[in-house]
Amino acid sequence: MAAGEWPAGFKGAGMKFIIAIIKPFKLDEVREALGALGVAGMTVTEVKGFGRQKGQTEIYRGAEYTTNMLPKVKIEIAASDDLAPRVVETIQQTASTEAIGDGKIFVIDLASAVRIRTGESGDTAL
Amino acid sequence: MIRKMMCGLGALGASMMAATSAFADATPALIKSPTAAQAATMVNKGDTTWMLVSTVLVLMMSIPALALFYGGLVRTKNMLSVLMQVFMIISIGTLVWIFWGYSEAFSTNSNATLAPFVGGLSKAFLHGVDSTTVAATFSNNVYIPEYAYVVFQMTFAIITPALIVGSLADRVKFWPLMLFVVLWMTIVYFPIAHMVWYWAGPDYYFTTASTNAPDGGYLFNKGALDFAGGTVVHINAGIAGMVGCLFLGKRVGYGKEPMPPHSLTMTMIGASLLWVGWFGFNAGSNLEANGGAALAFINTFVATAAAAVSWALCDQFVHGKPSMLGAASGAVAGLVAVTPASGYAGPIGSIVLGLAVSPICFFFVGVVKSKFNYDDALDVFGVHCIGGIVGALATGILDNPALGGPGFVDYSKFPAGVGAYDMVAQLKVQLTAISVTLVWSGGVSAVLYFAIDKIFGLRPSEEAEREGLDITEHGERAYNY
Repeated sequence: MAAGEWPAGFKGAGMKFIIAIIKPFKLDEVREALGALGVAGMTVTEVKGFGRQKGQTEIYRGAEYTTNMLPKVKIEIAASDDLAPRVVETIQQTASTEAIGDGKIFVIDLASAVRIRTGESGDTAL
Repeated sequence: MIRKMMCGLGALGASMMAATSAFADATPALIKSPTAAQAATMVNKGDTTWMLVSTVLVLMMSIPALALFYGGLVRTKNMLSVLMQVFMIISIGTLVWIFWGYSEAFSTNSNATLAPFVGGLSKAFLHGVDSTTVAATFSNNVYIPEYAYVVFQMTFAIITPALIVGSLADRVKFWPLMLFVVLWMTIVYFPIAHMVWYWAGPDYYFTTASTNAPDGGYLFNKGALDFAGGTVVHINAGIAGMVGCLFLGKRVGYGKEPMPPHSLTMTMIGASLLWVGWFGFNAGSNLEANGGAALAFINTFVATAAAAVSWALCDQFVHGKPSMLGAASGAVAGLVAVTPASGYAGPIGSIVLGLAVSPICFFFVGVVKSKFNYDDALDVFGVHCIGGIVGALATGILDNPALGGPGFVDYSKFPAGVGAYDMVAQLKVQLTAISVTLVWSGGVSAVLYFAIDKIFGLRPSEEAEREGLDITEHGERAYNY
């Protein structure tokens, strides 16, 4: 196979990659709702960051620290174009507490996906 | 507290005979100045057991308790360095104790001028100590095996330098620190222990010296009361830590970058194990398993509880929330304060002491430290030195029988008996002991830090400090996941 060439039958496009940053305690609820929607898998990472939500003050033996970085959970999901809008909507609705600090959802076009075990590619690999 | 050894030669055979005759007489009369052979028969299995158990408890205070208490308070990148420093201080300190420490602290010095201040080398490498020799307790004609005394006191000698590392945490090189510890034990700890704790024991205190002067350390002879180490351990280590943190300077980023404890879970486990181990420290210091040990035990228990409560209340009033670190710090402050008082106070007096010590330490770690802008990283000065001073002074007050204390025991009589208690005089003596410890430990520590820094360098480079001592000093991380 020449450099820059994909194998025969390789499928791409038609998918979205969804990255959601949510409050950690909402994770189980979101996972359940997405499971009901037919989302077959996701990757979850504990992250820290800041947005419009103010930090917290911690005091250790009188020494005060303001922590700007708050703990959040990052969810990454690959979904077909058909499913993606409902995934985004579901995350938005389940993760919301209607307070600042609820997080954000980012959606980007996904070029392809490959299932390592079988070599299937495209949305059949999801 | 302590000691006079007896030569054990031939003691075994003679002791068996003496034991036989003791059985014949239901209440044997006390023997003034017993011979080595007689003293060897005055050992009780219960006391021996208690001393060995106490020794293990005090070892647990160093590892893992103190290591975890301190380790939890540093940042992740320095966790392993604290664990390693404590672990090696107790290992190296053990060897130093056996080689010359025990002799320096608890033997008689043949030089009469030096005798009140430091022991001699007659017991270096435990020369003349074997399983038949004995050490005195606080009761006439009651002895414990000398080996039990050697190991029990050893655990005190090794935890004291380990306390110092809390002031130097995050910014000290490993081997120079170990060198400091060996020299500090030799020049500071052993002489102070000798001055405060060495004596010939109740059967010999006034009878062995040809001059008819009492045979004891300088501060012991003055009547200083330090049941388990307020001066010898806590003030001693606390001031050495303070001098060290001033000498090293502040940690890189101190006051600008957040330096929160990396695991208060570890700190809580450490503080709790300290509390448990401290029963060996304080009740073990009674040297006998009797009512005096039980008194020290209950005092240790209740003063600690009271101090944890009062620190939590300070946190609530000043910062609006009770913090776990505050409760753990309060418990340690209470343990420190009750250490010198544990055998010389009543339980209610100990509770008052516990309630009082936390607000004082709270003020030092929260207000004084930031006001004077020194980086005593883990508050060794604010908790151990200040708590030790509070405890040492309170001992002079609480020992008063009018306040529920056991009063003054007059060892110039035989048998020893309770004498008249003069609280003002006792407080003056306590102040003397505190001052001697502060000056000697503080002064010698300053010289040692200076000399070691000039020769080997005490502080790692700024890059090494930023990277963390775990990697730069030890080539490992505390956590790999």
